[in-house]
Amino acid sequence: MSVNYDERTMASTKTYMGFWFYLMTDCILFATLFATYAVLRGATNGGPAGFEIFELDLVFVETILLLTSSFTCGLAILAARAGRVKYVLYSLFLTFVLGAGFLALEISEFAKLIGEGYGWTHSAFLSAFFTLVGTHGLHITVGLLWLIVLAVFIAKKGLTPTTTKRLTLFSLFWHFLDVIWIFLFTIVYLFGVIPV
Amino acid sequence: MKNDIKKSLYKYTIGFSVSLVLTFGSFGAVYYHEQTGHEGLSHDILVPLVVAFAVVQLIVQLVFFLHLGRETKPRWNYIVFLFMVLVLVIVVVGSLWIMDNLEYNMMHADEIKHYMEEHPGSF
Repeated sequence: MSVNYDERTMASTKTYMGFWFYLMTDCILFATLFATYAVLRGATNGGPAGFEIFELDLVFVETILLLTSSFTCGLAILAARAGRVKYVLYSLFLTFVLGAGFLALEISEFAKLIGEGYGWTHSAFLSAFFTLVGTHGLHITVGLLWLIVLAVFIAKKGLTPTTTKRLTLFSLFWHFLDVIWIFLFTIVYLFGVIPV
Repeated sequence: MKNDIKKSLYKYTIGFSVSLVLTFGSFGAVYYHEQTGHEGLSHDILVPLVVAFAVVQLIVQLVFFLHLGRETKPRWNYIVFLFMVLVLVIVVVGSLWIMDNLEYNMMHADEIKHYMEEHPGSF
């Protein structure tokens, strides 16, 4: 039995409002981490500055992966509106693969830096860098876990009011993470390289 | 129903395409600047350009992906977003202003170290 639930109806629920409030506080959190990074980015303790360790090619690929995953997440919402569980699952799978690709690249970047001795304890700049980018990466990780659980629920129970609501909230979370990434790649990586 | 899904699909596709173009624009501008030995596209143009691309992409994603400012109710999400921006501006601008003031007015770590070496027993 597939009843079609519209995420726009979900938008009028209290849960949606509460989740939106949470996302707003998360924005403030990231803003404080950005401000900290801005203040500390010059404190390199004799170690490397941004332009010496940032690889724009990698960051560009990460950006495209995350942006596309945000789009496929939107496709999942549309598929849910049409009541097509199979296409919801396909879209969620694509979202997961792209998001996991992003995370894998980011982890490889961190591992490389730490391996070269440029971990978060090396300088205030690196502390701020790892905290800011790492917090975003943590959000992505939790999002991917949520995505798995959500997909399993939708596969088992189909599109009920509950699963559709959760799908809607997930998509809010996932889009929000891409919005934060816009500022991350601009302020940390692009400004690191120009440099600003 | 089908029609309105198609309309939403267009919205998502437009949002995605424009974001893609803006992303290429940002990275492209910086790559160009890098390849021309940091000469092509001077700082004064490059930095505001990249910032503009980011801000536009933010708005595009807020409108097309997060459906902010949608005509129908609820409108509170837009109001709350604006309040968040207000708090954010106060926190960030305030912090940067204060830290800048401290950096200018107070002794730096190396100066303090030097002072302590020069004036033993004064602390």
